Amino acid sequence: MEALHPITGIPALVAMVLKILVFFTILLLVIAYTTLAERRVAAWIQDRIGPNRVGPFGLLQPIADGIKNILKEETLPATSAKLYFLLGPVLTVGPALVLFAVIPFAAPLPTPWGVVDMVVADVPIGILYILAISSLAVYGIVLGGWASNNKYAFLGGLRASAQMVSYEVALGLSVVAVLMLAGNVTLTQVIWQQQQLHLWFVLPLSLAFIFFITSAFAESNRLPFDMPEAESELVTGYHTEYSAMSYAMYMMGEFGHMATASALMATLFFGGWDLPGAWDNAFWYQGQLISGFAADGSAILAHPAVWKTLVTFAAFGLKTAFFLLVYIWVRWTLPRFRYDQVMSLGWKVLLPTALGYVMIMAASMLVLDELGVRYGLLYGLALTAVSLICTVAFVFFFDRGRTITGAGAQPGQKVEIKSISRPASVPAAD
Amino acid sequence: MTISVKVMARPGPEKTSYLRAALSGMALTFRHMINPAKVTQQYPEEQTDLHPRWRGTHRMEVHADGRPKCVACGLCPTVCPANCIRLVGGEDDQGNRYPVVYEIDEFRCIFCGMCQEVCPVEAIHVGQHFENAEYKRDRFVYDLDRLMEQDHPVTNLWDPSDPRSE
Repeated sequence: MEALHPITGIPALVAMVLKILVFFTILLLVIAYTTLAERRVAAWIQDRIGPNRVGPFGLLQPIADGIKNILKEETLPATSAKLYFLLGPVLTVGPALVLFAVIPFAAPLPTPWGVVDMVVADVPIGILYILAISSLAVYGIVLGGWASNNKYAFLGGLRASAQMVSYEVALGLSVVAVLMLAGNVTLTQVIWQQQQLHLWFVLPLSLAFIFFITSAFAESNRLPFDMPEAESELVTGYHTEYSAMSYAMYMMGEFGHMATASALMATLFFGGWDLPGAWDNAFWYQGQLISGFAADGSAILAHPAVWKTLVTFAAFGLKTAFFLLVYIWVRWTLPRFRYDQVMSLGWKVLLPTALGYVMIMAASMLVLDELGVRYGLLYGLALTAVSLICTVAFVFFFDRGRTITGAGAQPGQKVEIKSISRPASVPAAD
Repeated sequence: MTISVKVMARPGPEKTSYLRAALSGMALTFRHMINPAKVTQQYPEEQTDLHPRWRGTHRMEVHADGRPKCVACGLCPTVCPANCIRLVGGEDDQGNRYPVVYEIDEFRCIFCGMCQEVCPVEAIHVGQHFENAEYKRDRFVYDLDRLMEQDHPVTNLWDPSDPRSE
């Protein structure tokens, strides 16, 4: 049997370049085909068929769109701040693409030169990198909105800054619960801890998942949180003045954010590339690739295989695709929130509840550790029970007309004027 | 003047739930998403059934020997409200009148069907046809040969004894 050691030297460099090329090509394809999926799913939801003319089942539509966008005229408004106007789309699409670098997408791949980790950059700061880079995306939107010198674009950028900053707080707090349970910020370690817990984190941290998915929707400016675009109010918000490829880059940024957020939901809460059972588990532990620990604490060696890598890659792809579908499905179901509702949901509901939830989960973990419960299925089930109670309580107390209500449903705001009397005749102004 | 404002009776805060409403909405859209019955008509492959009284591209009826049925009486250019028919009549050796020039500008035509209605020999017709796109503007002036080449079904105009075209 070949020795299981990490790949080193020249082959490692080649492997790195290949991973970057293959993975970013796939990412760009995913972004392109998400645009098609959005149009097709929207059509299905509205009992239509959707674009099916370009190629079989319309599969060449994204390519046609790309060619169209490249050939179209790029408009540069005369009164815009030219440099920042051109910088905006770049700043939006860049972070959305590099975010994917730290997300593990399959089980390690054995090669004759050593074992290749299926992650572009397994940096030790993992989630912190994602939080830091995803915050940069707001600059692209705010810059584009401001530099357009258009009041609707400006309002869109203004809303984007307020909304994305607000929901970053809730997003960070929901991730804190994951980090506490995983004990690390490296994403490979997060997946390994889910394998060790024998439970995906969505069960022991159910409420954190609800917060995460809500904030992720707000972060990527998708309905029901598309205040920065808000077609019916702001034309198209921050990208009103953009055309051709710079508009397409904003779209790529949005879809790239969706793809990243979906991959993160899969990784943080649904085990990433993990599938049920210990057969695919693999983690570098003291220089050895192990699949778990025996009852006496000794390590069990892992047996990576090419088919395991492929199967886990498919699992990761399916999970990500599912969340992308949820993104699209929600977009074509829920109407947009009012601006004050977005703000009050973020600051008055998500922030305090997420804080309280983090404290409750931290206390539960402390109690379980003090009781000497081993990190495993029992530990996870105990946390699941606590989290379930929290979720039920959250839904029961906060969803009863407090989270989102129409203005007429709140007695204090109800408009009671039944009729307005005016003078019968208004003297004509000479 | 009094303006009445209708205040909707809405359920109070204790009865509303965003999550419940959102989930039931998601279920509804999911049912529509997986429902194979779609309303889209795939146009070039699936053609619309035109109504029998659809008034579209003109057509000139011809005799068995290939001559146009038109007798150049001049009624259709007279009745035409859009003034889109140009007719120059002629007379042959036997004294039969025939159109020397008969042109219809399909751009100016409003497809009212009065030319068909007024025609004493049922020569000019509006037809059940609408796919007459062209690459050049001058191709929209149909001359006599072109009108005689048309082979689409002609329109059944309104018949007082059969008002519903049954």
